[in-house]
Amino acid sequence: MAKQWKEMSPDEKQEEFFNRWLSPKDPQGNDLKFQSPQAEKGYKDRITRIKDAIQMKKLPDRVPFFVAPSFFPAYYSGVTPKDVMYDYEKCRMAFKKFVLDFEPDGNLGAYVPGPGRFFEILDYKLYSWPGHGVPPEQSYQANEGEYMKADEYDALIDDPSNFFSNTYLPRVFGALEGFKMLPVLTGILEIYGVAVNFIPFGLPPVQETYKKLFEAGAEALKWFGEMMAWNNEITSAGFPIVATGFSKAPFDVIGDTLRGTRGMMLDMYRQPDKLLEALDRMTPLMIKMGVGTAQMAGHPLIFMPLHKGADGFLSDAQFKKFYWPTFRKVLMGLINEGVVPMPALEGHWTTRLEVLQDLPKGKTLWMVDQSDMAKTKKTLGKVGCLFGNVPSDLLAVGTPQQIKEYVKKIIDAASKDGGFIVCNGAFFDQAKPENVHAMVDAAKEYGNVYK
Amino acid sequence: MAGNLVNALADLKEEEALKIVKDRLNANEEPLKILEDARKGMEIVGKRFADSEYFIPDLVYSGEILKEATELVKPKLTKATESKKLGKIVFGTVAGDIHDIGKDIVAFMLDVNGFEVIDLGVDTPAQKFIDKAKETGAPIVGLSGFLALSFDSMKDTVEAIQAAGLRDKVKIMIGGGQISEEIRKYTGADAFGKDAMAAVALAKKWVIAD
Repeated sequence: MAKQWKEMSPDEKQEEFFNRWLSPKDPQGNDLKFQSPQAEKGYKDRITRIKDAIQMKKLPDRVPFFVAPSFFPAYYSGVTPKDVMYDYEKCRMAFKKFVLDFEPDGNLGAYVPGPGRFFEILDYKLYSWPGHGVPPEQSYQANEGEYMKADEYDALIDDPSNFFSNTYLPRVFGALEGFKMLPVLTGILEIYGVAVNFIPFGLPPVQETYKKLFEAGAEALKWFGEMMAWNNEITSAGFPIVATGFSKAPFDVIGDTLRGTRGMMLDMYRQPDKLLEALDRMTPLMIKMGVGTAQMAGHPLIFMPLHKGADGFLSDAQFKKFYWPTFRKVLMGLINEGVVPMPALEGHWTTRLEVLQDLPKGKTLWMVDQSDMAKTKKTLGKVGCLFGNVPSDLLAVGTPQQIKEYVKKIIDAASKDGGFIVCNGAFFDQAKPENVHAMVDAAKEYGNVYK
Repeated sequence: MAGNLVNALADLKEEEALKIVKDRLNANEEPLKILEDARKGMEIVGKRFADSEYFIPDLVYSGEILKEATELVKPKLTKATESKKLGKIVFGTVAGDIHDIGKDIVAFMLDVNGFEVIDLGVDTPAQKFIDKAKETGAPIVGLSGFLALSFDSMKDTVEAIQAAGLRDKVKIMIGGGQISEEIRKYTGADAFGKDAMAAVALAKKWVIAD
């Protein structure tokens, strides 16, 4: 019998994850039936290509390529972002057309739009979405705010789950107002007084909240069923989905959606110790979140969008004190469980590269937006596989010729010794289809560098 | 003592700066002189940011200290503060985009470098830029945008300014996440800036050329 999971080394766990990814299952747990022998071969070749690029042990057959859009598939298929958020059929159609037309070695699934009706049922405040605060033909956008107040660090640190359920969720979802009244579950211990803890569940506002929750849960399930059907369809056609799970750097957890950029920046001066303690507290939660989804999906790659550590957002000293230590712990926690973290260096990170390269080789996959590619290759690229860097502005307003030249340039700069995948640098909405085709064509034309 | 407030603010010493403000108010000092020192302190903050000695958190924190200091001084103010400004700039994030961090940093740097910034906020319709430019006679319009959709919004805004007959009266600068020379050409703006310092340099060049 094969080794038990907990007896495996991180290398063995990673290998096991790749093996599971290579042998996809259908929803019943049986081996997925591919549409044709060619589709099956295409699927396995693509994953092997991606795996070789990531592990950096041997060269892939050619430079792989991804296409990583935001709402581009909607525009490309003639529907709006609102359409794909509210009509799951249209969502599946748009993202399927996108994958089948561009045939990327890796795609990101059809999860980007998310279920519009679900957000509506819960009165989601954290974002404005098409038809709900932004026009139907535009992407959703985050509404930054102090959803956690400056004096709430102790509450978060003492009991993160309770802080989330009773304080954070009611602020972020209007329909979860009733959660403010929930009991502290860890107070439910013995017969004496136990019933008192359950009184809130008898109160009308809490009961109303649960009704909304059931409704939202049913909608989420419906949407997820459609996504699973899409995954099966696209996988069986031979196209691997590169990331199904998600985690974050602890600094971004606090800075993006709890304290907000401004609040967090003030905390670095006014209560640095509380902030550091909270970052530590978030660390194991972010590891569990990534490992848990990877296990469930049978898939090694966990996406991590990175924000507040970019150039300029912090000084070098602040980056080393507040951002990097817990981010690195999350990365190592994932790596030790065989997961391949896939962080996106959104914006410019050129000044952080020397710090980021302190990681084991062949364990990570980095999306590079506007950082200098040649420099990234010489630093972070020594240990981690890089993808991205084809600029959004060129995709939107440039010419196919400009795109092809750009792709050639980055293949020259970053493909040596493997560890490189051609892709756009930032998740894009608007682009000229001929430019996206030019990126794909150039990846195939110039990507045969390992023969 | 006057030097103290300038330095305390420039060095981001919140408690010290606020204590000095309170002490000087208690000593019945002219409130405008206190604000003038605070402004000098902010100028140093801006310079340190331009020299990459300070970063965005330092700007945010200095802005917060200034706000608190101004709150303390305000009740004692008898006349409005008036300082000579280099020129007016109508500024905002374009329609459809609600990102404000980049815009706020640029507005801050323009302000501490002597410009009067008329900040229209986020998701600003083209007409609002036109109305404000007409109303204030500002020679410069600044368009900010983080999302790729702002490319079209910026283009529409520049075209609307043209249609309103203002194009030869204002210089237009653009900036934000994915903005480049390619996007400048696409939108028809006069210039783009990679960062807040570029915006200040452009604005200075343009008001001097005027």
